[in-house]
Amino acid sequence: MNSLQPEYKLAPDAMDTSTLSFSGDWVQGKNTASFSILQSELRSSRPSHLTIDGSSLGAWDSIFMAFLLRCHDYCHTQGIALQNQNMPAGVDKLLAVATAVQPYRPTAQDPPSWWSTLNPRHLLRTVTLDIRESLSFTGEVTIALSRLVRGKANTRFSDFWNFCFQAGPNAFAIITLTSVLVGMILGYLGAVQLKQFGAEVYVANLVVIGMLREMGVLMTAIVMAGRTGAAYAAQLGTMQTNEEIDAITTMGISPIEFLVLPRMLALIIIMPLLTIYADILGILGGGIVAGSLGVSPIQYIVQGEAALSFIDIVVGLLKALVFAILIAIAGCRAGINSGRSSAAVGQAATNAVVTALIYLIVADATINIIFQQLSI
Amino acid sequence: MTDSKKGQIEVVDLTMAYGQTVIQHDLSFTINRGDIFVIMGGSGCGKSTLLKHMLGLITPVRGDILYGGASFFQSDEHEQGAMRQRWGITYQSGGLFSAMTLAENITLPLELYTSYTAAEISDIVAYKLALVGLAGYQSYYPSEISGGMQKRAALARAIALDPEILFFDEPSAGLDPISSRLLDELILQIKESMGATVVIVTHELPSIFAIANNSVYLDNVSKTMIAYGNPAQLRDFDEEPVVRQFLTRSAAADIKDTP
Repeated sequence: MNSLQPEYKLAPDAMDTSTLSFSGDWVQGKNTASFSILQSELRSSRPSHLTIDGSSLGAWDSIFMAFLLRCHDYCHTQGIALQNQNMPAGVDKLLAVATAVQPYRPTAQDPPSWWSTLNPRHLLRTVTLDIRESLSFTGEVTIALSRLVRGKANTRFSDFWNFCFQAGPNAFAIITLTSVLVGMILGYLGAVQLKQFGAEVYVANLVVIGMLREMGVLMTAIVMAGRTGAAYAAQLGTMQTNEEIDAITTMGISPIEFLVLPRMLALIIIMPLLTIYADILGILGGGIVAGSLGVSPIQYIVQGEAALSFIDIVVGLLKALVFAILIAIAGCRAGINSGRSSAAVGQAATNAVVTALIYLIVADATINIIFQQLSI
Repeated sequence: MTDSKKGQIEVVDLTMAYGQTVIQHDLSFTINRGDIFVIMGGSGCGKSTLLKHMLGLITPVRGDILYGGASFFQSDEHEQGAMRQRWGITYQSGGLFSAMTLAENITLPLELYTSYTAAEISDIVAYKLALVGLAGYQSYYPSEISGGMQKRAALARAIALDPEILFFDEPSAGLDPISSRLLDELILQIKESMGATVVIVTHELPSIFAIANNSVYLDNVSKTMIAYGNPAQLRDFDEEPVVRQFLTRSAAADIKDTP
């Protein structure tokens, strides 16, 4: 087929009428004209009546229709009367479909720029809103918990064991890796200092107290925040997207009781157990380092046993309990408040992890300060 | 590809199965260029599975599907990609990318597969949205518009590249009768003016009779196709009582064994 260059010609007929005639093949890959040039021509000639002629139009596809629609919209807004003649039937039909509905003019204002989010007043408002919302969520969870204790809550316990399994046994591998390595890191850290005094054997004290009170539970919590907290946010966020949470609410069931409580209780049960597991492996890791420094296993065990105190274990487990609640709240809150798109679910998972980490560090520092003051 | 077979789909001796479970076996039919072809059948008979096979998302256990005379499953990845570019597809729940605005959704295929400039693409996006009655909604996200609008926006994305074949999975599911009729008309208009072949999975009777000129009925019990042809004729003259029953929306007892 002999393909022709796509062109248009705007010619005045009478005083204020013009004819716009198209010729050539208006298809993809051809160098079709841009509407802005025609627009400026129309602006200068200012016809009150425009006839569009398609008698010498060759092949056409969407690019022609897009051009024609721009032309149509422009004439419509400028009050130019428009008439088509000799157009292919398909063009007329498609144009009729495309212009059947008046274009919608959204009144939405521009989204705020990134800089405006740095405005201190805006920041303050966001932070207060966030705190208020998280307090109200915590309140709802507390109410749900009290209903559960009184046996009135609609909590689904068949899911509960599943959540326990996901949070616990499934996390063994990563907890093993992190706690052994953290135990070794603690061991090396202490060994370098203690070697100066020839007191390598006290590595055992450092590792045992460090793991039990601080590192075991904190590392477990960080792993759980990334693993389980984010998973909760993604699960609940997807349920929000699928309108599952709406369905639960309209069945007269509180989503907090039905969805949040089993997840939270699972974490509350699993976190202390995982912490004990992490503590033991961390102490083992410290033992490996001590061994490499010439401390015999017997020495390490005897020294460690002397350093071991019941109160350290209790402090660690108490922290595990607090952290479990915080991770569950951060994860579930992000999920329940998630928007209804894939991007929003991703955002919810991010929020869950970030909030959980902030909660963890703040809570850990607070607990340490309180216990310091109480000399526990 | 020969020009006479452009836009033609042939399903040859197709057997579909998930593992050991056979969904449908020995399906053979031809969809001609310009047809509006309906895949119908009771719930769970494998309509959507057949569509997924036609889209090349699932490989058949046996048999083949030919597009314009060329086998899809025996073509290499490059040729399959070229075939897919000539298809427009709307999914059951829209399949719009929820993290992108409507304009970005439609821009994506145009940017990937055409040589248009950004300004031309923006004009084409405006035109496609206008075709489905959504002019001006460029900057909206799918979650901000209604379900019916999402279906139409998905149609706008499906026709972005002026496809030769349009696939619809339950286009009017969840729409009110008026919107569903408007969507049918829209499909008809667009099909007529673009000359595309349309394949629809649906069990909406009004829409089947309004637009389809050819169809296949997949049976749940015998696990194969038991009727093939114009749905209006199948309704009145088909030998299988279950097909007439389906197309007249009646209870089994009302249908005599012979037409």
